[in-house]
Amino acid sequence: MIVIEQLSKIFKTNHQEFKAVDNMSLKIEKGEIFGVIGYSGAGKSTFIRLINRLEEPTSGTVEIEGQNVTGLSKHDLRIKRQEIGMIFQHFNLLWSRTVEENIAFPLEIAGVSKGESAKRVQELIDLVGLTGKEKNYPSQLSGGQKQRVGIARALANNPKVLLCDEATSALDPETTDAILGLLVDINEKLGLTIILITHEMHVIQKICHNVAVMESGRIVEQGSVLDVFSYPKMPVTKKFVEQVMGKPDDELTDDLLLEHISDGHILKLQFVKETANQAIISEVAKKYEVDVNIIQGNIKQTQEGAYGSLYVQMTGELTAVEDALQFIRSTSVDVEVISHG
Amino acid sequence: MANLFPNINWMDLIFATGETLYMTLVALVGTLILGTILGLLIYLSAPGNLWDNKVIYSITAGVVNIFRAIPFIILIFLILPLTVFLFGTFRGPTAALPALILGSAPFYGRLVEIALREVDHGVIEAAKAMGAKSSTIIFKVLLKESLPALVSGLTVTAIALIGYTAVAGSIGAGGLGDYAYFYGFTRRNMDIVYICTLLIVIIVFVFQFIGDIVTKKIDKR
Repeated sequence: MIVIEQLSKIFKTNHQEFKAVDNMSLKIEKGEIFGVIGYSGAGKSTFIRLINRLEEPTSGTVEIEGQNVTGLSKHDLRIKRQEIGMIFQHFNLLWSRTVEENIAFPLEIAGVSKGESAKRVQELIDLVGLTGKEKNYPSQLSGGQKQRVGIARALANNPKVLLCDEATSALDPETTDAILGLLVDINEKLGLTIILITHEMHVIQKICHNVAVMESGRIVEQGSVLDVFSYPKMPVTKKFVEQVMGKPDDELTDDLLLEHISDGHILKLQFVKETANQAIISEVAKKYEVDVNIIQGNIKQTQEGAYGSLYVQMTGELTAVEDALQFIRSTSVDVEVISHG
Repeated sequence: MANLFPNINWMDLIFATGETLYMTLVALVGTLILGTILGLLIYLSAPGNLWDNKVIYSITAGVVNIFRAIPFIILIFLILPLTVFLFGTFRGPTAALPALILGSAPFYGRLVEIALREVDHGVIEAAKAMGAKSSTIIFKVLLKESLPALVSGLTVTAIALIGYTAVAGSIGAGGLGDYAYFYGFTRRNMDIVYICTLLIVIIVFVFQFIGDIVTKKIDKR
């Protein structure tokens, strides 16, 4: 577990003080993927650097697995850092080294023997899917491949924590998905705690379990990804949710629905953390003498299941419709009848 | 040949070429060591860098600037007492070495500092995040990542050094400059001046050629 208490970082320029991180407190469970989202300038980059003390905190503490990182001497901090992997937006590979030499670098730093290092490097290359690229230089790799090297390098010393500093922000959407998939993969395989910062909500939606929203150096909202998605409270959070769900205005209003569709029942199905009933539409149509017509929907997949809503029109004998409604209500999908035809 | 260059003693010419190469190469090694140390000190002690230290920064940057400001011919005279103290004479190629090294090391030091500044800050941060010691960051990140720039800087410095050896020749350091000046210019044997010029140009071209090849070979960007 990572416990962050009253962490602050104040930058002093000539006459002004700037609170980049302002009294942040957080608990991050072992093995979870924790996302911090905020716009640029919110302080998230400073925050993640405070965890491994690339920036020295002005006040507050960071505790990783019971060890107070903020109290460590320079020497002990160096040793501790070998247990904290980090990947970067611009990969930060050494261009003068090949893929395998880059991955071997943290092992050299940790004083691992040549033979053991070579074995470990090969394992990591296979893990991140770069087999065959061992002798290539970074300049010969694509962005996604460079980040794979970055990930392999960060994992070399079997860290307990992986810090991701905008790790996918320089990648195209397809590559982003592949890298996020790899992160989930290593999170599950190795039980690694991942802390990532980003300004892209779909990154949070796709792989995070919990999320904190940062604004002006403070956490303004936090909770499980689904809770934050379902019930965003702060304006900044709502904006981020809109990034992936679209604006609420984009959904049809009830009046509009009624205007265009006059027969049958119009239902709004609400999915929250749905894993069991994703095929509910076809199930209803098979079981009952009703026709189901999808009008509009917006469903997103998160780490904890599907989330979103679906508008459908249901036509058929009244008793059949009633039975179908009864059935839907018996599942974990919420249903709201917007109009009866 | 004898008609074209009537005044040249070929043995003397070969000897002078050897002296020029000796002065250039030995001074280059001294320059490489001293210049790298100076460049590293300036870079590392600069504000916001690894050893951020105002005192060391001001002193090293000041020394480099002062020595770079002194014209080489004057520098030779200024350090004559040191040369005499070290070697008992100020004549000959070996006695020219302190002046050559002190003249070119600050120049190379600046080039080293510029090369180091070009190293991506993110890479240094990544090394720190891995728990690297300062020595690891210096030798395995800073110097290694800036190697092509360091080599091309050394090439430029070597060529400047060849010029310095010729200047030192005018006060009796030996080498092609010495030969061209005392045997050529002062005795109105212009053929000696021409052939010495030609040889120096060839030496410069060879240095540039080698420098370019090495730079190209180690640059994997």
